[in-house]
Amino acid sequence: MKSRTVLQISFFILPIIVSLAITAVLIVAVGSDPREVFEAVWQGAFRNSNAFAGVVNFWIPLVLCSMGLIITFTAGLWNIGVEGQMVMGAIFASWAARTLVLPPPVLVGVEIGLAMLGGALWAGLVGLLKTRLGVHEIFGGVALNSLANVAAIYLIAGPWQPPEGGSAQATAPFPADSLLPPVSAEFPVNLLAVVIVFIAIAAVIIALRGTRWGLELRATGKNPRSALLLGVPTTRSAVSALMVCGMLAGIGGAYRVLFTYSSLRPFVSGGIGFLGLLVVLLVAVKALWVPFVSLLFAVILAGSTRLRVALQLDQSLAGVVQGMLVLLVLLANGLRQRFMERDSRRPEAETRDYPLITRPDTEAENV
Amino acid sequence: MSRRVVAVLAVLALLGVMVVPTMAQDEFVFGIVLVGPEDDHGWSQAHYEAGLYVEELIPGSRMVFFPSLNTADAPEATLQDVVQNMVDEGAQLVLTTSDAFEEDTDGVAEAFPDVTFINISGDNVLTGEAPPNIGNYMGQMEWGKLIAGCAAGLATDTGSVGYLGPLINGETRRLAASAYLGARYCYEAYKGGSAEDLSFTVTWIGFWFNIPGVTLDPTEESNTFFDSGADVVISGIDTPNAIEVAGQRAANGEAVYAIPYDFVDSCDIAPDVCLGVPYFNWGPAYVDIVQSVIDGTWAPAWDWEGPDWSDINNSETSAVGFVTGAGLSEENSAFLDDFIADLAEYATNPFVPSSFALWQGPLSLQDGTLLAEEGQLVDLLDVWYLGQLLQGMVGASE
Repeated sequence: MKSRTVLQISFFILPIIVSLAITAVLIVAVGSDPREVFEAVWQGAFRNSNAFAGVVNFWIPLVLCSMGLIITFTAGLWNIGVEGQMVMGAIFASWAARTLVLPPPVLVGVEIGLAMLGGALWAGLVGLLKTRLGVHEIFGGVALNSLANVAAIYLIAGPWQPPEGGSAQATAPFPADSLLPPVSAEFPVNLLAVVIVFIAIAAVIIALRGTRWGLELRATGKNPRSALLLGVPTTRSAVSALMVCGMLAGIGGAYRVLFTYSSLRPFVSGGIGFLGLLVVLLVAVKALWVPFVSLLFAVILAGSTRLRVALQLDQSLAGVVQGMLVLLVLLANGLRQRFMERDSRRPEAETRDYPLITRPDTEAENV
Repeated sequence: MSRRVVAVLAVLALLGVMVVPTMAQDEFVFGIVLVGPEDDHGWSQAHYEAGLYVEELIPGSRMVFFPSLNTADAPEATLQDVVQNMVDEGAQLVLTTSDAFEEDTDGVAEAFPDVTFINISGDNVLTGEAPPNIGNYMGQMEWGKLIAGCAAGLATDTGSVGYLGPLINGETRRLAASAYLGARYCYEAYKGGSAEDLSFTVTWIGFWFNIPGVTLDPTEESNTFFDSGADVVISGIDTPNAIEVAGQRAANGEAVYAIPYDFVDSCDIAPDVCLGVPYFNWGPAYVDIVQSVIDGTWAPAWDWEGPDWSDINNSETSAVGFVTGAGLSEENSAFLDDFIADLAEYATNPFVPSSFALWQGPLSLQDGTLLAEEGQLVDLLDVWYLGQLLQGMVGASE
């Protein structure tokens, strides 16, 4: 038991160390000092409360999307459309922020509610396309991502352009009452959003582990045909998984427009949804790890802003670290699985694993 | 589980050997925020090189810059984050070099009242919306576009010119319109053609540069221009796609030309098809701005500066210039030089009220609204806020 825990930890830590080592070699190769670079990233993320706020502000939508994706992955779905669902949430929230006049707390509630609705509807479309028309969720998702971006740009450049004529890069800033307020000038983060994130984490974990719906999702994800034969409403499971993911992504989108930018912008989702896919792959669909790995990503990304400013290094180095990390962790996961397969103590292993990422044939006994 | 978390945190902590950056005394740090990459052969590179020019001319000055700040390329960074980083690095002046940053610059400037901000091409100082630590600056590219248009009007054999526009706003409309006026004038005055026979079509791609899947592809649109009979494409976007396409097609024997934009050396991409390039030379203005902030004499203003008419290509003095390209014939080069001399005479004539040459009635907007009656000059601010393309141009106004 103990040795296996050690083994698992090393399978997680090793790829991180190896990817850092490879990055270090790359940094040396382009003629810089890796220690300086890591320092700059660290300072970029943690040098003061303002810097750390930047990390948290990226972390909030990333965790929301990732938790949503935990659900869709559990149901065996690749919800590539999460980006579009974020954008749709942002658009719905923006509509409320621009149009409605309500007391601030009510307005914020309505905005977030609408954002959830927007994300859920857009995700529901992916589900409908899949279940009714047989369009794979990856293709449906990609198409709907594009459409959501086109819709946002149309609104920004057209009906919602600022009065002085748009530059197609942002709507006019939303009224102050419609925005999420920061904790303070030194720590510009919205508290409500942080609370929502923790609620979302808890809710997703409880829903997946402790409810019939969660069980149905897992059954659907593992083997839809058997699940259907056993009486699981697989279509409903799939569509509901997508819609719940859409809701969470929608809140993430709302945070981008109601806090980060105070206006609707093109590509407001900024690839955070795609990054969420990586997070979930990286944690092998283990929900509890999501906030930590998301934090790691947020630290690397937000911290890398400093690379450019302080060291004049290309901040896409952060992307290299990330990509390397994901590849190596996936590789390590594969190796670990092989390793464990040969392990004679196999049957008692890995009861907490969710099924999608692992191979169905070897993991079937986990249901 | 918690042990794993501790392990992850331990790895993070390993990276965190904190070192406080030491700041040299008597150093003046200024930040430049770019909307595109610093090597885009266009708009952003011109700003970046101006920063280098400042470092060269003002001893003790040091640039920090951040490229490609936009939601697509840097989703993790807001202007606030970037400026915070720059200020922590010692920056006392930050230049935000796109109208995309106009609104954000207002908010960030309020958060950093001790830092001076310059927003390029915005007008919030003019409209009074900007806090007191913001200035606006822009070069009068209208002159450059008049010259570019003239070169196109001289060179076209098919009588058809394409204008590759970015997104639609006052700035992009007035620049496209200036190119049109230059093309129409030179097509008639030097080439002996008739304005009715000159076709001038604007295609807006939707953004300052290509964003796959969202904007129109500027490479494809340049090809479409050439395929549909245009033999000159004038670029109004940040990246040099038009000249790249013209270069490729010329290599296959076609007689096509392009006029890039923004960056002084952008003809180098395909010299033989380049009729010339109107470019910004931000260096002199940046040196003035940096120096005035150092001296404590800086005051907020909305500056819209024209070329140095004694030599528009004087890199030490002129805000806007035009480099004639190898693609323009010798005869046409001579015509173009005449035209530039005429512009200089117009602009420096003390009896002519401040205005752009050729922006003179009769001129109508695209929907037929009269912009200026016969002989009337269009007011500078009416050019700045041009609400539609001009009559005679083909393309969307909004």
